[in-house]
Amino acid sequence: MRPGRILAAAVAALCLAGGVAAAAQPGAQFPVPAPPFTPGIFPCSDCHKEMKPNATRRELKDEHTDIVLNHAQGQRWCLDCHDTNDRDRLHLVSGRKIRFEESYLLCGQCHGDKFRDWRVGVHGKRTGMWNGEKQYMLCVHCHNPHDPSYKPIPPEPPPVRPDDIRK
Amino acid sequence: MPNDRNREPRALRMSRRRMLKGAAAVLGALALPGKDASAAVWEAFLRRNFREMTARDKARVVARLEKEYEAQFGKRVKVAVTPPIEGVLYGYGLDLHRCIGCRRCVYGCVKENNPSRNPQIHWIRVLQMKKEHGVDLEEAAHYYNPSKVPEKEFFYMPVQCQQCERPPCVKVCPVQATWKERDGITVVDYNWCIGCRYCMAACPYGARHFNWKKPGLPAAELVTETHYLGNRPRPVGVVDKCTFCIQRVRNVPGRYPACVEACPVGARKFGNLLDPESEIRYIIANKRVFILKEDLNTQPKFYYFYAT
Repeated sequence: MRPGRILAAAVAALCLAGGVAAAAQPGAQFPVPAPPFTPGIFPCSDCHKEMKPNATRRELKDEHTDIVLNHAQGQRWCLDCHDTNDRDRLHLVSGRKIRFEESYLLCGQCHGDKFRDWRVGVHGKRTGMWNGEKQYMLCVHCHNPHDPSYKPIPPEPPPVRPDDIRK
Repeated sequence: MPNDRNREPRALRMSRRRMLKGAAAVLGALALPGKDASAAVWEAFLRRNFREMTARDKARVVARLEKEYEAQFGKRVKVAVTPPIEGVLYGYGLDLHRCIGCRRCVYGCVKENNPSRNPQIHWIRVLQMKKEHGVDLEEAAHYYNPSKVPEKEFFYMPVQCQQCERPPCVKVCPVQATWKERDGITVVDYNWCIGCRYCMAACPYGARHFNWKKPGLPAAELVTETHYLGNRPRPVGVVDKCTFCIQRVRNVPGRYPACVEACPVGARKFGNLLDPESEIRYIIANKRVFILKEDLNTQPKFYYFYAT
């Protein structure tokens, strides 16, 4: 083998190892688009870093009044999912902080069956290549986390009746 | 000699027969493309069934079609003849719990597959059924048009070509213009189809559609990446059908069919039935699955399932 080839092989091996390492990171194996934030709302710390966290369970009267919790309301509130001290992160029950891009881990804590199906590509939409790279979507792309039931949409027009085609 | 006696009448018979043959040849020649016909016309006239074509034949046919389409639409159209991928048998899953009957798949398909817009041809038909009746084709409606879907008392069931393992449509074709490919996709050679519509009568799923008129397809809406057996523009008087987007899925890597990508709720699943790691195999192994009109033993590779 010529030295050039050996070098090329070494570089290729390194790249491969790097790829495997990236895939092994939690969350990295599911390529997801950016979460669907309301424009201008993220990072949350833009506003929250000046504010003292108030961990008292209460109804929000001044800000975020557009959010009506219709998702096991009464059993939980904001800071069960949003991290009290780091507003740009969510947290799991274990206390582990996660990025918004990994929010499926949070949803999967309760909806384990859906999470299992989502991971293999059966629950939820996937696009891309059937035999190659796929694009996943986060739970929150279809389900508003504060009001998760899928909302009815207008249907596309029905087919033309044969009678109307002939006219 | 007795032989001599027989010779004359036989010779007469032969000459009469030769005369008839000659007359037939002359009549045949009159029906053939004339002196002014271009090479393309001869090529189209003398071409063989797609399955009998050599690579050179295919290249010639593709070149002619691409030229014709460019003249017709004023756009460069690519006609691929990509063969099946080895070790692949396509399977499709549709989650009836998820489907909301929005018909996005119908129009996603129209956008990708160059069907006639006017008169309208849809390869996918979404059936609306009453929850209390279950899957009952007698009760199904497909012209439903509420302001929003899903409606509480209904569920929805899109039907398209089921890519049967034993396709009755293929069995009845008198000229073998339609057949099942090795990867399980039933295809039509639009230039071999004689338009008898036997296949439409034989298909228990209403999956085949006839081009009664020259397909109305605006050049602006023409998709130029096509496959010979798939979404290339069709002539008048032939049958067409869903091919699982053969022009997309036969590539490595190959995109999902257009209906999969169009579905807003992710009810549509697609993959390789021979790959134990594929999502379609996961569905068959883990979900409640049924096939439509199982009793007909057509063995569809289109699996309806309930994810929960």
